[in-house]
Amino acid sequence: MAVTDSGGTESARTPAKKPNRLFKNLTAKLASVPMILTAIVVFIGCTGWTIYHSFTKSRLLPAPDKWVGLDQYERLWSTRRWLVSIENLAIYGICSLVLSLVIGFTLAALLDRKIRGESVFRTIFLYPFALSFIVTGLVWQWVLNPDFGIQSVVQRWGWESFTFDPLNNADIVIYGILIAGIWQGSGFIMVIMLAGLRGIDEDIWKATRVEGIPVWKTYIVVIIPMMRPVFVTALVLIAAGIIKVYDLVVAQTSGGPGISSEVPAKYVIEKMFQSQNLGQGFAASTMMLVSVLVVLIPWAYLEFGGKRRD
Amino acid sequence: MTDATANKGVTPRGAKPRRRLSPTNIMLYGTLFVASVYYLLPLYVMIVTSLKGMPEIRLGNVFSPPVEVTFEPWVKAWAEACTGINCDGLSRGFWNSVQILVPSVVISIAIASVNGYALSLWKFKGSEVFFTILIFGAFIPYQVMIYPIVILLREAGDVLSAMTGTKIRLMGSVWGLVIVHTIFGMPILTLLFRNYFASVPEELFKAARVDGAGFWGIYFRIMLPMALPIFVVAMILQVTGIWNDFLFGVIFTKPETYPMTVQLNNIVNSVQGVKEYNVNMAATLLTGLVPLIIYFASGKLFVRGIAAGAVKG
Amino acid sequence: MTNVTVKDLTLEFGAVRVLDKLNLEIEEGEFLVLLGASGCGKSTLLNCIAGLLDITDGEIHIGGRNVTWEEPSERGIGMVFQSYALYPQMTVEGNLSFGLKNAKVPKPEIAERVARAAEILQIEPLLKRKPAALSGGQRQRVAIGRALVRDVDVFLFDEPLSNLDAKLRADLRVELKLLHQRLQNTMIYVTHDQVEAMTLADRIAIMRGGVVQQIASPAEVYNRPSNKYVAGFIGSPTINFFEGDIAEGGVEFATADTKMPLTGYEASQGALSARPAWLGIRPESVITGTDVDTQPFTTEITVELFEAMGADTLVYTTLAGTPFRFRMSGQARVAAGDTLRIGFDPAQGSLFDKTTEERL
Repeated sequence: MAVTDSGGTESARTPAKKPNRLFKNLTAKLASVPMILTAIVVFIGCTGWTIYHSFTKSRLLPAPDKWVGLDQYERLWSTRRWLVSIENLAIYGICSLVLSLVIGFTLAALLDRKIRGESVFRTIFLYPFALSFIVTGLVWQWVLNPDFGIQSVVQRWGWESFTFDPLNNADIVIYGILIAGIWQGSGFIMVIMLAGLRGIDEDIWKATRVEGIPVWKTYIVVIIPMMRPVFVTALVLIAAGIIKVYDLVVAQTSGGPGISSEVPAKYVIEKMFQSQNLGQGFAASTMMLVSVLVVLIPWAYLEFGGKRRD
Repeated sequence: MTDATANKGVTPRGAKPRRRLSPTNIMLYGTLFVASVYYLLPLYVMIVTSLKGMPEIRLGNVFSPPVEVTFEPWVKAWAEACTGINCDGLSRGFWNSVQILVPSVVISIAIASVNGYALSLWKFKGSEVFFTILIFGAFIPYQVMIYPIVILLREAGDVLSAMTGTKIRLMGSVWGLVIVHTIFGMPILTLLFRNYFASVPEELFKAARVDGAGFWGIYFRIMLPMALPIFVVAMILQVTGIWNDFLFGVIFTKPETYPMTVQLNNIVNSVQGVKEYNVNMAATLLTGLVPLIIYFASGKLFVRGIAAGAVKG
Repeated sequence: MTNVTVKDLTLEFGAVRVLDKLNLEIEEGEFLVLLGASGCGKSTLLNCIAGLLDITDGEIHIGGRNVTWEEPSERGIGMVFQSYALYPQMTVEGNLSFGLKNAKVPKPEIAERVARAAEILQIEPLLKRKPAALSGGQRQRVAIGRALVRDVDVFLFDEPLSNLDAKLRADLRVELKLLHQRLQNTMIYVTHDQVEAMTLADRIAIMRGGVVQQIASPAEVYNRPSNKYVAGFIGSPTINFFEGDIAEGGVEFATADTKMPLTGYEASQGALSARPAWLGIRPESVITGTDVDTQPFTTEITVELFEAMGADTLVYTTLAGTPFRFRMSGQARVAAGDTLRIGFDPAQGSLFDKTTEERL
């Protein structure tokens, strides 16, 4: 252990003091104030505020002192409109999840087959994602218009009995919204899937070709399992989007016919800002948060559980 | 780690197809073609409808091209269409949107880029905790936070009025909406910038510190010039996102300051008067034009932007 | 005169103690190399001296000043990095003058200093170019220039040649040596390359696990390694170790089947006493041919494998039950299966205690 002895250094000045921890990186801390405020005041504070007030008797004004326990939730779950909203969200959610993943992956896999004009196809599939839900809803409202849209065109071609009027039929209206939602968002899933496919080592393809495994089987047995993280990401993104569905319904059907295409997000906004029933709005939005957590917590657990992030 | 996935999407993989007209190829291109029809149809319908007169629309079918091309619906949508009592067309919403868009984009990107820079290069105790809250916050439905924000903005406006002695309203004004866009754009933008700055070699940062540059010196002189592409990505992300926003617009502004999307919805879904489908479609196209132009003009960068939003930090 | 002093330096990342009460004194004008395998804490130590890492405990003095809590730019140091770390959007000139501008040095003086550094490093024609337009060697010269213009007494190098190819590395090594001779600055140089360390250093500090194992001149480190780790780390091909016992009186080293005389061994403390030990013999110290019989220890071995590398030939064999390598002239003709007579002087080797692995 050859170490020099530490005696006998000449210090002209008194040793500098160790700076206070609080003032270390002070500029960085000051510059992060907007982020810190957003995280604490908005994301934690406002969320907590809403959850708290969902247990109160708030109506026109927030009433923090009028504690009513779970009353608002009981009322919420016995409101037909809320139940319809939940049912719609469930149908829309499941279908949209499955269809987005299937369509997104299929298109990505097709584009990954060394085809001509890949960028043209990609541009076509993705452009709706640049459009707002309002524009999406209004276009599909017109395309699905029973008097002028697809239905009338097919009927005029001679198939008189053809009916396809989702927007006027309370039983299937949610599928009409689904068509528009998929149209808007599936290109995005395709982009994610394509990036995932391109991330797979070319040698994998060479190996399966050498072993004579057919292409379709390679996708199912080798590629899709390898892309598990990409699928999980896509799943979380689609799920987070589904719960927020609001503008699409507002533009395409305004919740109609009747209340048959209502969704939870719309219920919340209307209770808060139109029908002056804040308590219901808070309870309903808290339910939305709960459903997000149901998706998010298992995902976060799978993703980050066990290993600590640096 | 964010951009790697997007950048890989350049060269196609997989086995090379052998013959041009093999059954596999017919299937392949056939499927892609059918899919393209589904994606293109609405755009096509929008365009042809907006160029037809109302009589032609009532008689013809939505898919047939216009017999007589007219731009009148476009003019009407821009300058005359009515929402409630206002009949000055979508132009009002367009300019409102521009007024909302410019400060929102500038401020949200300025703040988020500094956040991302501080988070990647000037970590301090607790910075990662705030960042984690921020990222998880991105998944909280807006509906949960929106009402308290309305109250906060109202109160903040009152406090500012009292302090300055002039009447300042944040709620219902463009500035309130700018704050809201800045807040809700923060998670994704901060993530974008943090990941970018984290990929900058650490030694560059150390060299600048040895050279005596401080927090702002390194940000403006070293990092900012390097990060221009990521600023463009962030701008694309924000311009499209803010332009397309409906929820915040409808809640945080009032009819005179409604952004274009809100006004569009009010025009098209208005229950009064005869439905003018051609005007409606022209208005819809006009509203979609800004993000569409950005999309077609930016190409790969747009893909990079949305992919950046997709991959978690 | 001492120029850089590190006193009881301790650095913790969370619960991990990366550097533990480390002490180091560097003389003015000295070229000190911090050498060690990756993860040994050598770069961390350099970053602490530069002020780029906040230390947990201890003191750092540079030029007689306690700079423990001063900003990197105030410490009177210049630093050169492995990845060059040139600012990509600035020209070479901008890179060189950035620090001086931050320090508010008057413009004429900046120009003068940049010109001088450019002249020393022969990069005048490159001043208006951007780093992207430079070759690796040119970039590293600019990076050195950036430290040079700062007009400081202490230069810190963090593996500056590791990103260059072998030939350029050798060239720049020579240039660095010349630069040091010309400027006579204190230089602290981190590397994992022992050739760089041996050729450049006045003294080498070999680190392992955040602890300095030995700090001495290159010759001393090579000939008298302070412990078994240093012996194994320095030298290529690596040293051969025999496991055995020192006989009573220190006259002999005995493995299971071989006895080697130790007459003349210079023990580091007192006389050798009987104990289990390691004997390290460098591959270069083995003699073959006609002079074999002059050696205190001779034996016959069978060539198992050989690597002819032109200048010399490396022979693999087994001696005293352990694999053994030694170096022969490149002109030597050997083949696998040949029997050779070799000899060496075990007393010129190094003995290490079996358990503490310290030099005896």
